[in-house]
Amino acid sequence: MVEKADQIFVTLLHWLVGFLPTGWQHLASVVVCVVVIIAVYPTLFALAVLLERKGLGRMQNRYGPNRVGPFGILQPVADGIKSLTKEDVVPFRADALVHFMAPLVLVVAVFMGFAVLPMGRNMELVDMDASLLFFFAMGASTELSVFMAGWSSRNKYSLLGAMRAIAQMISYEVILLLSSVAVVMITGSLSLVKIVEAQNHYTWGLPHWFVLTPWGLMGFVLFVIASTAETNRSPFDLPEGESEIIAGYFTEYSGFKFALFFLGEYVGMFGIAGFGTTLFLGGWSAPLSVLTWVPSWIWFFGKVLLWICFFIWLRGTLPRLRQDQLMNFAWKFALPLTLLNLIVAALWHFMGAGVVTWLVCFAILAIAYVLMARTGLKRGKIGPRSYRYAE
Amino acid sequence: MSIVFWIFAVITLGGALAAMLLRSLVHSALAVTLSFAGLALMFLELGAQFAGFTQFLVYIGAVAILVVFAILLTRSSEETGSGVFSPTWLRGLVIAAAVFAVLGWSILNSAAALPGTTAEPVASVQQIGQALMGPYVLPLEIVAVLLTSALIGAVIVAMHEKEGAE
Amino acid sequence: MTPLTGYLLLAALLFAIGLAGALTRRNAILVLIGIELMLNAANLNLIAFWRYGPHPEALTGFMFAIFSIAVAAAEAAVGLGLVIQIYRHAKTTDLDLMNRMKG
Repeated sequence: MVEKADQIFVTLLHWLVGFLPTGWQHLASVVVCVVVIIAVYPTLFALAVLLERKGLGRMQNRYGPNRVGPFGILQPVADGIKSLTKEDVVPFRADALVHFMAPLVLVVAVFMGFAVLPMGRNMELVDMDASLLFFFAMGASTELSVFMAGWSSRNKYSLLGAMRAIAQMISYEVILLLSSVAVVMITGSLSLVKIVEAQNHYTWGLPHWFVLTPWGLMGFVLFVIASTAETNRSPFDLPEGESEIIAGYFTEYSGFKFALFFLGEYVGMFGIAGFGTTLFLGGWSAPLSVLTWVPSWIWFFGKVLLWICFFIWLRGTLPRLRQDQLMNFAWKFALPLTLLNLIVAALWHFMGAGVVTWLVCFAILAIAYVLMARTGLKRGKIGPRSYRYAE
Repeated sequence: MSIVFWIFAVITLGGALAAMLLRSLVHSALAVTLSFAGLALMFLELGAQFAGFTQFLVYIGAVAILVVFAILLTRSSEETGSGVFSPTWLRGLVIAAAVFAVLGWSILNSAAALPGTTAEPVASVQQIGQALMGPYVLPLEIVAVLLTSALIGAVIVAMHEKEGAE
Repeated sequence: MTPLTGYLLLAALLFAIGLAGALTRRNAILVLIGIELMLNAANLNLIAFWRYGPHPEALTGFMFAIFSIAVAAAEAAVGLGLVIQIYRHAKTTDLDLMNRMKG
């Protein structure tokens, strides 16, 4: 029974494909999987948008959407219909082809990333040898779409937003990559399926998740920060800081193209949350050994949704960074820490897991963190923002 | 020759041609990105998965973005009054055609000596890692030094000389 | 025509296009793009020879291509940095206008 619930989607797929002749089965199963992915994540997107608007509303002492349907839960449907029926305005001087292609490139690149994410036991579309690299390759392609959108609009605000976004995404991609390299070093594999399997063991009922090791914790924290910046979420939402540059690189988009950008941004969030979950939070494995009877896909999507809730919480809490703070934080604080984290991961690998190793590694990282944060504060480079006129 | 090869060849060559012929520099940069993507796909088709993804990551994620930044920082995206080709374009074209003629002639002449279809080799990430840490460890270290010096060099070269400082 | 011949011809054509671009365009950035295309053509050759060569398990061509990609990235960074510096100095990226050795 437990097995069946865990593998229900896999069994369903096999049953569905079984009706076809053998030569077509492989192709059909791929097509079905792709269709399911393209159906599931936009649904989650609608859910997340509602959650965000409601949650932010509560954090800011207001109701949030509450008009459409009971408690406003049909708001995403209304938004969807609105964006579909709106006029699609293209600026007169815009580069029509590039302007049209930009949202498409973004959405395609973002959805491609899901091809390698293991969303449950045996629930990955393709298990490649280098699936981690594939995910990053697809993530890199989104930067280009941002540039295309910003440049083709022929609008100063769009271009500024695109430049900000690209500079930020490139800087934080380095951190994202290097913090995941620690995981690769320990697992010895670039395959996401193997990375999850390496974490799916239990000692005293506790899982072997990488986040519970010192280097994993540091990597996880850096990964979360970098993923926030990579998806242009608050407090790193300078590229679309509405009080400064309207909406950044998609200022000149309206109607369905705007909706595509919106979708791409949120689905990108799911992608990176799922990726981080796979790397550090054990993917689809259960948090306690007594809970392994719960189907694996519930754990995966639960963790991803938790991650999204965290993003929403951050957005309701933190003010936006300044450009120089953003860059200084990336290059002078986070990058050295990721490099140190790599060394600590190597130390962990060669000293062998144990209590002493744990304490030594933790001490190294903690001391480095405290020292760097202090020097940063002293120089006034990374510290809290000071208001010259507002006080 | 499979149909996949022809599709990728058209993408690659079309992108490269467009990059070299288009007037707008940003269009050229986007076209060359298409060409890079076509090449990455071709690497994948050749069974070199790791190289294909690296190509994607490095060329589309880094080189294309660098080019675009350089175009915007040098205001080259604005239309210039003069033509985009240099006055000696005919000579350049003749040289390129001659190079292609020689290369093509030698390839076609040695076609019989070239190996035919073989079984697809595998290059797993494990093998690549072992090769990098074993026989290729010296080149790896040298590339690391090269990349570090290139990073520092690029920063120094492109850095603004602060006026009035010191 | 064996598959290898096809790949080699394609790489030769790509190389020629890159060369033609590097020789005929006026803008320094496009010349750099042309050089990148030529490097890419060489990479395609290396990978194709690895795939159809007699000893693919030695990974020689494959490794060569990987290193070549890394070197190309370094080349692009330094090259474009130089272009930006030249632009600051000469206020143009047109190579035909940069004909003075004395700034």
